[in-house]
Amino acid sequence: MAIFQVNTATTLMDTIETVPIRTVTDIVIARQRGRDRALSMRFSETEATLIATIISELARNIVLYAQHGEILIGSLDNPPRRGISIVSRDEGPGIADVQRALLGGYSTSGGLGLGLCGVRRMVDEFQLETAPGKGTTVAVKKWAR
Amino acid sequence: MDVPILKQRDYLIASIQAVLTDRDLLNLRDKLVQQVGNFRSKGVILDVTGLDVMDSFSVRTLRDMAHMIRLRGADTVIVGIQPEVAFAMVQLGLSLEGVPTALDLEEGLAYLGRIPKRPVPKHRP
Ligand SMILES: Nc1ncnc2c1ncn2[C@@H]1O[C@H](COP(=O)(O)OP(=O)(O)OP(=O)(O)O)[C@@H](O)[C@H]1O
Ligand SMILES: [Mg+2]
Repeated sequence: MAIFQVNTATTLMDTIETVPIRTVTDIVIARQRGRDRALSMRFSETEATLIATIISELARNIVLYAQHGEILIGSLDNPPRRGISIVSRDEGPGIADVQRALLGGYSTSGGLGLGLCGVRRMVDEFQLETAPGKGTTVAVKKWAR
Repeated sequence: MDVPILKQRDYLIASIQAVLTDRDLLNLRDKLVQQVGNFRSKGVILDVTGLDVMDSFSVRTLRDMAHMIRLRGADTVIVGIQPEVAFAMVQLGLSLEGVPTALDLEEGLAYLGRIPKRPVPKHRP
């Protein structure tokens, strides 16, 4: 099952940075890369923290549910607007009940179940593709204010 | 990253100076819950100034930690949440629920100092 929203900009291929995610240390590395990218693109400190928080949630879901995967950080091609794209992908078990996972308060790991729905609230575009046994890809975009 | 825990009178003070992994945060939680007993502390101040993000995992861990410390007979106050971290927490829909917070270490100490001593429960004959 997939949830799509309109795409308004494409990611510049040569700006994509891939961070492999396998351990809790990788979660920290990925969110620091995201923060650095945001700051280098003149996002505010607050926006950079939002980007780091989004990556932290997505990367932790990889470690928790899929064991390994990757986070891709890219810049969006739509001058003069500045935007960041973040893709989280894994080949783990996938999400069986997407609606429920996005609603919030639902967790299969004893968590708060606020990661995915929180990330969705924090971004401008949100796209989720997953199916049982097929892995999970979350792609989000955020524009500088 | 090991977080140093300082003992000051009846209180324990833990200051997170650098970025922590999930595992570091769980270790800190366990250490504080343990040391409250070792030092018979009445209060714990957790300074999170150095945390780069507070996401669903860290918020849940801090909530659990404060609850566990409460069960051990001490109070916890969290200080040093940076403005952009507070902003991200609200956007994510996260709250520390009943866990008290204060601006900084000084305010945290003042807060703990204002908590009246808990009465010793009386046994009925
Ligand atoms: N990459 C993934 N692969 C498989 N299942 C996932 C993945 N990401 C999320 N899920 C499923 O969706 C549910 C909701 O995810 P979400 O991140 O919102 O909450 P959580 O991880 O359970 O708790 P929290 O993030 O608040 O600590 C998870 O409990 C899990 O079942
Ligand atoms: Mg999660």
